[in-house]
Amino acid sequence: MFALVANQKVVIDWPCFWVVLGGSFLPRGVYTVLLFKMQFMLLFSRQGKLRLQKWYVPLSDKEKKKITRELVQTVLARKPKMCSFLEWRDLKIVYKRYASLYFCCAIEDQDNELITLEIIHRYVELLDKYFGSVCELDIIFNFEKAYFILDEFLLGGEAQETSKKNVLKAIEQADLLQEDAKEAETPRSVLEEIGLT
Amino acid sequence: MALKIVKGSIDRMFDKNLQDLVRGIRNHKEDEAKYISTCIDEIKQELKQDNIAVKANAVCKLTYLQMLGYDVSWAAFNIVEVMSSSKFTYKRIGYLAASQCFHENTDVIMLTTNQIRKDLSSPNQYDTGVALTGLSCFVTPDLARDLANDIMTLMSHTKPYIRKKAVLIMYKVFLKYPESLRPAFPRLKEKLEDPDPGVQSAAVNVICELARRNPKNYLSLAPLFFKLMTSSTNNWVLIKIIKLFGALTPLEPRLGKKLIEPLTNLIHRSFSSRVLIFICFGFFKLAHKKSFSDVIVSLCYITVLISLSSGMPNHSASSVFLRISVVKYLGLLAMSKILKTHPKSVQSHKDLILQCLDDKDESIRLRALDLLYGMVSKKNLMEIVKKLMIHVDKAEGTTYRDELLTKIIDICSQSNYQYITNFEWYISILVELTRLEGTRHGHLIASQMLDVAIRVKAIRVFAVAQMATLLDNAHLLTGNMQRNGICEVLYAAAWICGEFSEHLENPVQTLEAMLRPKVATLPGHIQAVYVQNAAKLFATILKNQEGNTDSTAAQETSQMMIDRLPLFVQSANLEVQERASCILQLVKYIQKLQQKDVEVAEEVSALFAGELNPVAPKAQKKVPVPEGLDLDAWINEPPSESESEDEQPKAIFTKEEPKHSRPRHTEVDEKELARRREARKQEQANNPFYIKASPSSQKVYQEAPGVEHIPVVQIDLSVPLKVPGLPMSDQYVKLEEERRQKERAEKKKKEKKKRKEKRSGRGKKHDSGPESEEDITPAHVVDIVTEEMPEKSSKHKKKKQKKEKEEKEKKKKKKHHHHHHHSDGGGEESVQNGTVEEEEPLTFLVFPLPRKVCDIQGNLQDGSQVVVSVIFENKSDSFLKSMEFNVLDSLNSKLQRPEGSGPHDGLTVPFQLPPGVSNEARFVFTVQSIVMPQKLKGTLTFIVKDSSTHEKLDFKLHFTCTSYLITTPCYSDAFAKLLESGDLKSSSVRLEGVNMPFHHLLARICFHHHFSVVERIDSCASMYSRSIQGHHVCLLVKTSGQTVSIDAKCDEPTLLGNVLDEIKQTFSQC
Repeated sequence: MFALVANQKVVIDWPCFWVVLGGSFLPRGVYTVLLFKMQFMLLFSRQGKLRLQKWYVPLSDKEKKKITRELVQTVLARKPKMCSFLEWRDLKIVYKRYASLYFCCAIEDQDNELITLEIIHRYVELLDKYFGSVCELDIIFNFEKAYFILDEFLLGGEAQETSKKNVLKAIEQADLLQEDAKEAETPRSVLEEIGLT
Repeated sequence: MALKIVKGSIDRMFDKNLQDLVRGIRNHKEDEAKYISTCIDEIKQELKQDNIAVKANAVCKLTYLQMLGYDVSWAAFNIVEVMSSSKFTYKRIGYLAASQCFHENTDVIMLTTNQIRKDLSSPNQYDTGVALTGLSCFVTPDLARDLANDIMTLMSHTKPYIRKKAVLIMYKVFLKYPESLRPAFPRLKEKLEDPDPGVQSAAVNVICELARRNPKNYLSLAPLFFKLMTSSTNNWVLIKIIKLFGALTPLEPRLGKKLIEPLTNLIHRSFSSRVLIFICFGFFKLAHKKSFSDVIVSLCYITVLISLSSGMPNHSASSVFLRISVVKYLGLLAMSKILKTHPKSVQSHKDLILQCLDDKDESIRLRALDLLYGMVSKKNLMEIVKKLMIHVDKAEGTTYRDELLTKIIDICSQSNYQYITNFEWYISILVELTRLEGTRHGHLIASQMLDVAIRVKAIRVFAVAQMATLLDNAHLLTGNMQRNGICEVLYAAAWICGEFSEHLENPVQTLEAMLRPKVATLPGHIQAVYVQNAAKLFATILKNQEGNTDSTAAQETSQMMIDRLPLFVQSANLEVQERASCILQLVKYIQKLQQKDVEVAEEVSALFAGELNPVAPKAQKKVPVPEGLDLDAWINEPPSESESEDEQPKAIFTKEEPKHSRPRHTEVDEKELARRREARKQEQANNPFYIKASPSSQKVYQEAPGVEHIPVVQIDLSVPLKVPGLPMSDQYVKLEEERRQKERAEKKKKEKKKRKEKRSGRGKKHDSGPESEEDITPAHVVDIVTEEMPEKSSKHKKKKQKKEKEEKEKKKKKKHHHHHHHSDGGGEESVQNGTVEEEEPLTFLVFPLPRKVCDIQGNLQDGSQVVVSVIFENKSDSFLKSMEFNVLDSLNSKLQRPEGSGPHDGLTVPFQLPPGVSNEARFVFTVQSIVMPQKLKGTLTFIVKDSSTHEKLDFKLHFTCTSYLITTPCYSDAFAKLLESGDLKSSSVRLEGVNMPFHHLLARICFHHHFSVVERIDSCASMYSRSIQGHHVCLLVKTSGQTVSIDAKCDEPTLLGNVLDEIKQTFSQC
């Protein structure tokens, strides 16, 4: 079921007979395009509890659950010294364990495992910087922040910002905006609410 | 009002926030589901409130619950509400929830279009950012279409933060809404040179992804990327660019050469960073495309080797990140990529790879196994398989062991056993594999045994000996029958021993092994084979013993059969039962004859006479359909729909389990059954060997009186697990070594001689060093069954008679319920000859029909067009109208239909036919290849005016090769030049018994086959014709007496063969 979706092909049909690209005329053609790069990212604990999930392919909830269950089982069964790659269905799974958390990404066959490993590592570093030596509890209680960081770092399965500094800056500023809004809101709204309106 | 607000805000203080929820869930480990359902109820209450803060809090909690796997799709609308809040705090939560919960089918997405557009143009960059991020997760084709313009504008936003996101999301938009690519591309290209590195890398990313899918369109960007590659220091960007070049190099080989230098520089520059390895991977992707240079391949190859063998000493700095296992895995992966283009260099590291098979990590082991498949050669096959066998013994865990087993078989059997030089060795490997306990692949081994034994004739003696031993030791294999797939092997063993029983050393012993009581515990289909092959063996034994003066031995054998077979007669498996009772009766009869001293062996072995030959799976196609057999015609009227439906599953069923076919046939009728039952009872009563039925037939057998008399050979179960008497495959490795040495020595001798002989030659270099692949001669030859079948079977039906008009007879297969009894049929046979599909006058379905005659003619102007003129003649006495002509296109030939009609639409015939009138219509066909004749099926539908019923007429169009030839005059000097050119392939045909004057003969060829006479000298003439695609066909026709020989030349041998066949047919018909 999932395999089908992962292989789903989108046909790009060029809009006209001749496409002007880069100054040259190219013939019309029908091209097959495979969807996206990273398929999804999962974070789960050693007990198999899901801590974060980000899907870059459109799947139904049922499929997502099935995949998650299977993957968590498979990855947890592997011994610590084993390598970080798995071939699973027609995807490659790249995972890495940090303390009690497993970070696990699925990529397509022709994608690069090492970059994916690097992306995982980079994300962990980001979390670490943001929370200040991150632990599982930070991610549990501030899961939305973890998502925000991930969204700043990856967009649609592609790394969008390779500089850690920039990612953190963006997050901090957005947070600041949020705090400002809260602070601005709280006193005023309380006053308002206590009958001054 | 105020009160309500106050109340709301007080409530809010008691609301759970996310932290409370998480804590709560952690504290309710036992009844989590219950706790969460109360939480969801609370959330539902919260969502009903007006206060956006409360709602946002609720949505945030829902997002968390969604992650835990609870369905929150009911809250989709509330999520949209929160998204549209003007406050960033809430908007952020809303978008997060949306990106997690929405998918393409969420219908509320439609409502978000305007909100998103507003956010995209918000002055606050974070609003825009959050909207873009969210959009990347749930963009739909509709959203993509509506927002493409807004996003495109954002690509030139002042803030790099927004530009970067906009560029990346454009990729998603392209996927969902491809039309946006063209207008957006120039701007995307600009972004490649954006001052901000983030935006630049985003643009590289997007273009790389696009180019990877469709490299051709992006070749023109190569110089730009080349510049970027040499100037950029961002490793991420570099990796992407290398990936892109990997896609481009196959299209532009020069690029590969140009890249070597910068890539080599890159390696040096980044030698101490882990990017090195990434870069390597970029290379592999390139190397994998053949065009890439050896230099680079060996460079990265060295790198990989270093990392493989030493765990990357140079890069200890990064080993935090890369464990040894990771490096190993990547090394193997890289090797598998190099293997495709540079197999030699990988093959030399087979030891390293074999070591990896010992790794604890299954991922690594599987990778190594994959590599082995591509690495074997004639030389190292035995060695590799030997290593694998050791691993098989060591491996724990059946999955991995099964994987090994299939790999061994895959490796050995690949490309028709190409690498196997000694099949005795292979058989013993297979036999050794049968010792694996609990494997699921018994049938795989069995099919290999059968395949080898059937196809390699030389191996049969050996194989039979091995199989006999296997049968003798069957008890070892079948330890616990239930879950043991390995007993399938016995199926093969029994069959081989039976079929090739003449090679058996001690057939009596094998026969006895096959009839042991323990066999009854095997699965039914195996028992069935046992029984059948016992009979074959029996026949062989009789034959062997016939010569002896002492007939007691033969009689003893018969007696043994009679003693043992009843065990199978009472089997629960119908197939076994049927075969056993058949054979039992046969043996009894033979015994009777033996007692009268009649020689029976000859006749018994005639039962199993004939050798089985391997047949290619598609061989049936090559068998010509006999003249006069129409496979599409019904033999009987088709049964009604419903019946034919349940016929279907039955057919499949019978195929899989033939044993079930019997009960189906026997459900004749109750009376008949009763009668038979009676008869059988009678017979059983008289049969001393029949044991009366009882609940458990097998148990009864144990107690049955006959058992004690059966000379069961007591087997000592303390024998080692090794099957006794089986040769070890290892010995073959040694033998093979010796054999090769001998061969080599001989060859050297020969070579020396040769060298002496031609010392003057220009130093012919026979490498006397390591033997090359070809030097290893196989010890056995495999019968290779490929698609090609003997010539004689590939004859195509060709039409003989040649007229300028190739006439085609139409078929009137009309099923008509009105039962017009009007036998038409006859008439025009005299003229037509095309494919005379016979007009079987199935009386009940004859309808007065129009008849068609057609003429197929090539169109010289266009080498791929053929015009078919069809003459429609209405032979009925009704008025026919609305005729529609349709043909089922084949890959090669297509009916040309007017622009805009589908590939299955028919063409309207532009006239109506009153009774007795004929008219002609032309149809154009496009034909791609003209070298083969072909048939197209078609139908003509029409309306009979009187009854106004729709009628249908099926016909076939036969495009002969001749119809593609066009009479072209040719002068003798041009003709001579053509023949001299040497481009033409020749072929010839002889016609016997042609009884006509030579000039008639020539006229006939000219007329029917579109040739022209170039020159004629006495009883010899040269002729010429051209196909519509410009093939030259030259004939030299000679006659002497009644024999005509035609020597022909043509630049297309297939076409020539077919034309000659057609000429032959023309004359065989006269």
